[in-house]
Amino acid sequence: MPKVSLFIPCFVDQFTPEVGLDTVRVLRRIGWEVEFRPEQTCCGQPAFNTGYWNDARPVAERFVNIFRSAEVVVCPSGSCTTMVRNFYPELLAGTPLQEEAVQLGQRVFEFSEFLVKVAKVTDLGAAFPHKVAVHDSCHGLRELHLKQESRELLRHVRGVELVEMAYSEDCCGFGGTFAAKFNMISAAMGDAKAGYAEASGAEYVTASDPSCLMHIEGILRRRNSKIRTIHLSGILAQTATFAERNPRPVKPEGAR
Amino acid sequence: MSTASREFLRNAAEKSADLVHRGIIRKGIDQYNAAAGRGRERFSDWEAARQRCHEIKWEAVNNLDRYLLEFERRVKERGGHVFWAENSEEARRYVADLATSRGVKKIVKSKSMVSEEIHLAPALEKLGIKVVETDLGEYIVQLRNETPYHIVTPAMHLTRSDIAALFKEKLGDVDTDDPPELVAAARRALRRDFFSAEMGISGANFLVADAGMIALTTNEGNGRLSTSLPRIHLVLAGIEKVIPRLQDLATIWPVLATSGTGQPITCYNTLIGGPRGPNEIDGPEEFHVVLLDNGRSELLADVSEREVLHCVRCGACINACPVFRTVGGHTYGTTYMGPIGSVLTPHLRGIKEFNHLSYASSLCGACTDVCPVKIELHHHLLHNRRDAVNASARPWMERLTFLMWGWAVKNPRRYALAGRMARTGMRVLQALKLDGTVLDPARAWTKNHAAPPAPQKSFRELWGKQNGAG
Repeated sequence: MPKVSLFIPCFVDQFTPEVGLDTVRVLRRIGWEVEFRPEQTCCGQPAFNTGYWNDARPVAERFVNIFRSAEVVVCPSGSCTTMVRNFYPELLAGTPLQEEAVQLGQRVFEFSEFLVKVAKVTDLGAAFPHKVAVHDSCHGLRELHLKQESRELLRHVRGVELVEMAYSEDCCGFGGTFAAKFNMISAAMGDAKAGYAEASGAEYVTASDPSCLMHIEGILRRRNSKIRTIHLSGILAQTATFAERNPRPVKPEGAR
Repeated sequence: MSTASREFLRNAAEKSADLVHRGIIRKGIDQYNAAAGRGRERFSDWEAARQRCHEIKWEAVNNLDRYLLEFERRVKERGGHVFWAENSEEARRYVADLATSRGVKKIVKSKSMVSEEIHLAPALEKLGIKVVETDLGEYIVQLRNETPYHIVTPAMHLTRSDIAALFKEKLGDVDTDDPPELVAAARRALRRDFFSAEMGISGANFLVADAGMIALTTNEGNGRLSTSLPRIHLVLAGIEKVIPRLQDLATIWPVLATSGTGQPITCYNTLIGGPRGPNEIDGPEEFHVVLLDNGRSELLADVSEREVLHCVRCGACINACPVFRTVGGHTYGTTYMGPIGSVLTPHLRGIKEFNHLSYASSLCGACTDVCPVKIELHHHLLHNRRDAVNASARPWMERLTFLMWGWAVKNPRRYALAGRMARTGMRVLQALKLDGTVLDPARAWTKNHAAPPAPQKSFRELWGKQNGAG
């Protein structure tokens, strides 16, 4: 059985563990063995993006050392995948791990990217009878050049009605520490995004980045909107006959 | 926190909540996007054109000394004057001395962002010289005593009725909100100034080295009138504006027009290389070029940031920027706004005072995607942030936060404990309905976001349960 190593971003680990569990379910369903290396913590992006490169560097080195023996790494976040693939080479430039980091970057894949380009599966046997709009998360879209992958996967989900929302490529305004430091700008950007989501008529907004969704969801709730957000893995994990084919517990204690 | 930073935060908070502003800008940029999209499709290969422009500017910027000297030599051969200004002060003094020594009372100005950068008009007005902006958008913001809202569309923030009310008050002879009539009123007023001004000031979109000419591009014809009617023509340009060859214009002019407004080519494109020649029927008696450094050489010396000097001031990154659309052009408090302003200003005016602009970005990268000369703008924002930290220009609390963060994430046990404490804290606050109040350490987040309760268990705990000890 081919094997993947999970790269679970720290905020997924701590605040949206269901995204990790759904990712595992989908990967196992298509026949991949999944491992989780528990030494992993954070990829270093918060410090890197805030300018603290000297603090981010040892964290990145740690990450490279943990995953250097992994053949394929899958991450349910375009942003954290970008950190490793696109920014580690610059952050670790001139260190002994530079070359290792470059190579690791080529083996780390964002979830939808992995399914479509590596596993080459677009129909996951999922069923989700709802109207869904895709928000194109910035790092996935502009750093990893992913746009059609999530839509391709959604088109194969039973019952999904895919709608496009206006300005789907506009940033939602999260931006990591930006959301705290410039919260008025961030919230206003999120508010605009929430408005476009509402106007699309979708019941759910999906994306490949849980951080964008956490931001959009928080603002949708504040607007008393009926729309909810769901990570792509959450849609793909749902099947009509899932429970029959998978004797493992579907909803572990503590997950939503 | 710097004064500029405090002011930015205050104005950003105000504008972010201004839904009327948001609507006006959205509409303006939608129109731009439609036009620019059509414009890019007219190219057989837009990406190749961008790449070519990147190469042209790369060659120019990496051989700046040679091309600038070549430009200077050719301008002088035709009887023009070239002045190298190291900073704003020197540039202002040159212009002021020239104007006063020639008895200039009135100056007509075609658009020049460098003149804004060096705060030229107020300095000249102090000497009793009247300065009239002749670009319609600049004219409008000048009548309002404002700085340009946007480097290409200075009056983007105003509606037709705002302009009608302004003209009625300031020009007197017009009472309509019909755009052609408003334009006609501005033209009537400006014609009088064109004919009475002794000096014309323009910027330069490019300094063409092998031709020794400035390339000027405008949509209203005001550039030609400003540079040919008055006795003296003075050009203000940053040293980075040079391009090697006349033939480079064949690519870079249409790319600039398309990125700026979506036009195939701007309406009036002019090459000017000196004063009126012996057998020529028009043109100025004197031709002066002020080449401004003002911090650009330092940027040139920094190899990893040098490509910022490729900028052709098309404004595409500004239009693409969701932060600009939210806070508006005036909030930046700088000559150059939007992504290019946030990248450039800390270099030109100091990382201590202006690093906040490099942080006021979600790093979405929309700017980099549209830049016609392929400046990796959002990566330069990251570099500026790194430089701000290295220059100790950031708050000590932030420094401390990342020290603690580093200590926690370098050890899985400490990390897991910190996560558990954060989640428990959030759940307690949520249970007591204190989230989002002043007692909430995460208030910056929770005041704008309603969230379901934080999960009991982390992924790693759940994984351990499902899959044995991990």
